[in-house]
Amino acid sequence: MKAASCLVHLRWNKASAEAADNNKGRKTLESDVAVSQSGMNAGTKAMRVCCQSASQKQGGTGMAKTAIKKRKRITKDQWTAIGFLLPSFILIVIFVYGFIGWTGYVSLSNYNSIVPDFSFAGLKNYIYLFHDFRFQADLRNTVFFTIFFILLVIVLGGGLAILIDQKLKGESFFRNIFLFPMALSFIVTGVVWQWLLNPSTGFNTFLKFFGIQPKWYTDTNILAGFQWGSIEFGIPVAIIAVVLAAVWQMTGFSMAMYLAGLRGIPDELREAARMDGATEFQVYRKIVLPILMPITVSVIIIMAHISLKIFDLIYAMTGSGANFVTDVPGVYMFETTFRGNYYANGAAIAIVMLLLVAIFIVPYLWSARKGDNA
Amino acid sequence: MSYVGKTIKYVILALFAIIFLMPVYVIIVTSLKPNSEVSLEQMWKLPTSIDFSAYAEAFTNLAPNFMNSIYLVIPATLLSALLGAMNGYVLSKWKFKGSDTLFTIILFGMFIPYQSILIPLIQFLRSIDLYNTIPGLILVHVVYGIPITTLMFRNFYASIPDEMLESAQIDGANFLGIFRHIIVPLSITGFVVVAIWQFTNIWNEFLFAVTVTTSANQPIMVALQNLSGSQIVQWNVQMAGALIAALPTLLVYILLGKYFVRGLLAGSVKG
Repeated sequence: MKAASCLVHLRWNKASAEAADNNKGRKTLESDVAVSQSGMNAGTKAMRVCCQSASQKQGGTGMAKTAIKKRKRITKDQWTAIGFLLPSFILIVIFVYGFIGWTGYVSLSNYNSIVPDFSFAGLKNYIYLFHDFRFQADLRNTVFFTIFFILLVIVLGGGLAILIDQKLKGESFFRNIFLFPMALSFIVTGVVWQWLLNPSTGFNTFLKFFGIQPKWYTDTNILAGFQWGSIEFGIPVAIIAVVLAAVWQMTGFSMAMYLAGLRGIPDELREAARMDGATEFQVYRKIVLPILMPITVSVIIIMAHISLKIFDLIYAMTGSGANFVTDVPGVYMFETTFRGNYYANGAAIAIVMLLLVAIFIVPYLWSARKGDNA
Repeated sequence: MSYVGKTIKYVILALFAIIFLMPVYVIIVTSLKPNSEVSLEQMWKLPTSIDFSAYAEAFTNLAPNFMNSIYLVIPATLLSALLGAMNGYVLSKWKFKGSDTLFTIILFGMFIPYQSILIPLIQFLRSIDLYNTIPGLILVHVVYGIPITTLMFRNFYASIPDEMLESAQIDGANFLGIFRHIIVPLSITGFVVVAIWQFTNIWNEFLFAVTVTTSANQPIMVALQNLSGSQIVQWNVQMAGALIAALPTLLVYILLGKYFVRGLLAGSVKG
C-alpha cells in the first residue's frame, strides 16, 4: 500500500513537473530534434526519456530521497567531485563577480583620466550619464532596437519554422539557408550590410523602380518624436537599418528553436483537433501556438540579452551615427573607456548595461533553478 | 495539402531564401571584380571577368591576423571544452546540496555584458603580463566559456543513465575511473558539439579581441574591421576580406551543420 501510494505520488509528481516545468518540456523537445537530426534510433530516445524520469525521481519527493540516502555521507569520491568543480568556480567568482564588483567600485570613483584615481565620487558619474545627450539617445535607441529586433525575430523565425514544418520537399535546404548567417560574425554582417543598406547603392538600386529611396542608417529623423530630457524621444529611423541586419543574422536561431518545438508536438494531437472539425488556422491558434509559448519566452530572453549588449554589429556597420541615431551603450562604453580614458564613466555605463540585462536574466535563471529543485 | 497552398508555401520560402542569400551574392560578385569595376552603380552586376586581385590584397593584409586567430581558437576551444566536461560531469552526476544553486551562479556569467568586467580584466591581464598576448586572450575565452560549456555538458550528461554509473561503482570504479572510462568515451558527440560552438564563438568574437590586444597581436575580426574602416581600401577588398574571415566558421557549418544546430539549441535551453 505504502509502496503503491509512493509510486502514484511519484507519477503524479512527474506528470505535474512535466506540465509545470517548461525546461523539462523543452529538454524533451531538444532531444527530439537531436534524434531527428542525427538519425539516432528509437532505443536511444527511450533511454533518454527513461533517464529523465530517473533523474526526476532523484531530486523528487521526500520519499524518493530516502531511497538514495547513501549519498548523504560525503565520500572520498564526492570530495574529488568538488575538487573537480573548484577551479572553475573560483575562476567564475573572481572573473565574473569580483570583476563586476571592481567595475562598480570604479563607477563610483573619479577615475576619468589615464591616471588612476579611486577617490570616492558617489553617484556623480551616473548623474552625469543620465543628463548626457549621448547616453539618453543610447537608451532610446536600445529600447527601439530591442522591440523591433525581438518582434521581427519571433514573427519571421516562427513563420519560417511553421512553413518548413509542412513536410515540403527540400526542407533541409531551406533550413540551412536561413541558419547559415548564425555561423558568421557580427563584424562580417556589419561589413556587408553597410554596403547593402548604403543609400546610394545596395537595395536602393531595386527600390528605385518603386520610387522609394530610404536613407537607411544615414536618416536622422525621429518618428513620432517628442522632447524628453535633452533628446527627442521617438523611433529613430536609422536604427531600423541595423535591426534588419541583426534580424538577418539571428532569425535562423529562433527558427531552429521553434522547429525543435514543432517537432516535439505529436501529430496525433493536431490530427485529433482536425477530426473535431478545427480549421488549419484554429489548430495553430488553439493548439500549436500555446504549446510553443515556453519557446517564445526563451527566444525573448535570449534575443533581449543579445540586443541589450549589442556592440560589434553596430560598431562595424554604422558607428554611433550622426546625432547618435545608431549609438548604443555598448559602443559608448567602448569609446569613452578605451578611446577617451574616461574609465569611471565607462564603468557606470557598463553597470547600467548589466542591470538592464539582469532584469531579464535573473528571474529566468531563478525560476529555472527552482524548477530543478522542486 | 492542396496544390495551390503548397505552391504558395514554396513561393514564400523561396522569396525569403533569395533575400537571405542576397548578401552572399554581393560578397562573391564584388570580391571577384577588379578595382576598375567597383562602383556604386554596378554593385549588383556580375564581373566582366573573374579577377582574384582583391583576394590577393585582402589575404596579404589579413594573413597574420588569421594565424593569430588560429593560435587563439584551438587551445581556447580544447581547454574550455575540457573544463565544461569536468563541471558538467559533477553537476549532473555528483549532485550535492547546493549544487544547483552553484550551477546557476556559474551560468549567470554567460549572460553578463562583458563591458561590465572589461576594465578590471585589462588591469588584471596587465598585472600578470598577459595583456596584448594571445595566451591572455586564450585565458579570457576559457574563463568566460566556462558557463556555456558547463551548461552544454550538464545537459548532455543528463542523458547518460545513472544506472550505468551505479553498476560501475559496484564494480569498484571511483569518480575518476567513471569519468575516464565511461563518461569521456560516451561524450564524443558532446565534445564535437561543444567544440564547434566554442570554435565559432571565439573565432567571431570582437570585444575582447579589440580591447585585450593591439595591432600585431589582433585576431582576424579586428583586422577585418580595420580593413573596412579604412577609407583607402577598396570595397572589393573588403568583401574578399569578409569572405576570408568567415570561411573557417562557414566550412564548419557546411560540413558539421547538424552538430552546430545541436549546440545552438543546447546553449539556448536551460536544463
